[in-house]
Amino acid sequence: MFFWIVQRDLLLAIRRRSDVLTTLFFFIIVVSLFPLSVGPEMNMLRMMAPGIVWVAALLASMLSLGRLFANDFLDGTLEQMLLSPQSLSILILGKALAHWLVTGVPLVMMAPVLGLQYDLPADALFVLTVSLLLGTPVLSLIGAIGAALTLGLRGGGVLVSLLVLPLYIPVLIFGAGAVEANMAGIEYDAHLSLLGAFLLVSVVFAPWAAAASLKVSME
Amino acid sequence: MLQGNNLACVRGDRRLFKSINFTLEAGELMQVNGPNGSGKTSLLRMLCGLSNPAVGEIFWNGAAIRSLGGEYYQEMTYIGHLSGTKDDLTALENLRISSALGGVKITDKHARDVLVYMGLGGREFLPAKVLSQGQRRRVALARLLVCKTKLWILDEPLAALDVSAVKLIQKLIEQHLKQGGMVVMTTHQEIDVTAASTVQLQLA
Repeated sequence: MFFWIVQRDLLLAIRRRSDVLTTLFFFIIVVSLFPLSVGPEMNMLRMMAPGIVWVAALLASMLSLGRLFANDFLDGTLEQMLLSPQSLSILILGKALAHWLVTGVPLVMMAPVLGLQYDLPADALFVLTVSLLLGTPVLSLIGAIGAALTLGLRGGGVLVSLLVLPLYIPVLIFGAGAVEANMAGIEYDAHLSLLGAFLLVSVVFAPWAAAASLKVSME
Repeated sequence: MLQGNNLACVRGDRRLFKSINFTLEAGELMQVNGPNGSGKTSLLRMLCGLSNPAVGEIFWNGAAIRSLGGEYYQEMTYIGHLSGTKDDLTALENLRISSALGGVKITDKHARDVLVYMGLGGREFLPAKVLSQGQRRRVALARLLVCKTKLWILDEPLAALDVSAVKLIQKLIEQHLKQGGMVVMTTHQEIDVTAASTVQLQLA
């Protein structure tokens, strides 16, 4: 069942490519604006790079959260998911995985290219990519809770950012921290381990919390 | 056996209905009647467990449905106002995915046979967004043929359907009742279904 949902959401994303591309282009543009506006001061750019890429990734991933449940809610598919004999948490885990594959993975793949604009050294680019690889699924999972809570509300888009952004802060700190540590020449394993820990905890708890919120939102 | 015990529904500070009691046995049809806004859909959503009654409890074979969860959903199919079809998927994909959600995995061949039976032959590969309202309804109702559940909860199943489709659905309901199934439905149309016994539930 898990794979059915992932497959379905990927199929829907392929049929609606524009949604996927807007997120990716948003990420690319936000990251590219900074070198243009701040000026070609290499040292400063290198220092700012991890933070900027990570903040842009947070915003881009949030941009697409509204679609996570809203379309299914409007056409009644979400009702059917709630009434499925399958566990709702598993379905949500599948939806979050599909969301990550569609929005997170393209960001991760673009990050090394965008990092070049900031003159990041090769190993810093590598750490940046790994930290995004571990961190972006957490964004999708935590975002699912926010999207479930604000489902069907007016102005849900603004509300979801207020709810979810504070929860993204730990991921941001350790994600950007790993790259900064690498550039400062100190060990960055601890940062990545913590990101991995966030990932494991959110895989276990986020679907369950999102399922409970969905049941409340659908009443 | 589906049983409602002293059910009440409150929306905001308005009470839609109270003290609703009924028992539905195998092979019985329950028709929920009432004017617009009398709480028919609210009652049906309660019977599915999508919302909880303000007062009272709903029992399936003697156990409260809110304690049953997945077990109950294995035996129940709900088709509401929203058809649950995805605009971007074809009729065939829609049927296969919605039945998988209902816990039944079907092959392409089976899904196509069912769609042809529902009068959608030749439209299996069209995206749902180009189908008419009635055709989408047929795609949604096709799920009844695939998921062999005991209890059907149908909210206005005949809305937007043409004469031949109405006949087809009535035949489906009749067959289902004959095989010992149960149907709870609302409709504003006259229906012509021979059931062993029909429970009429009138909401004020």
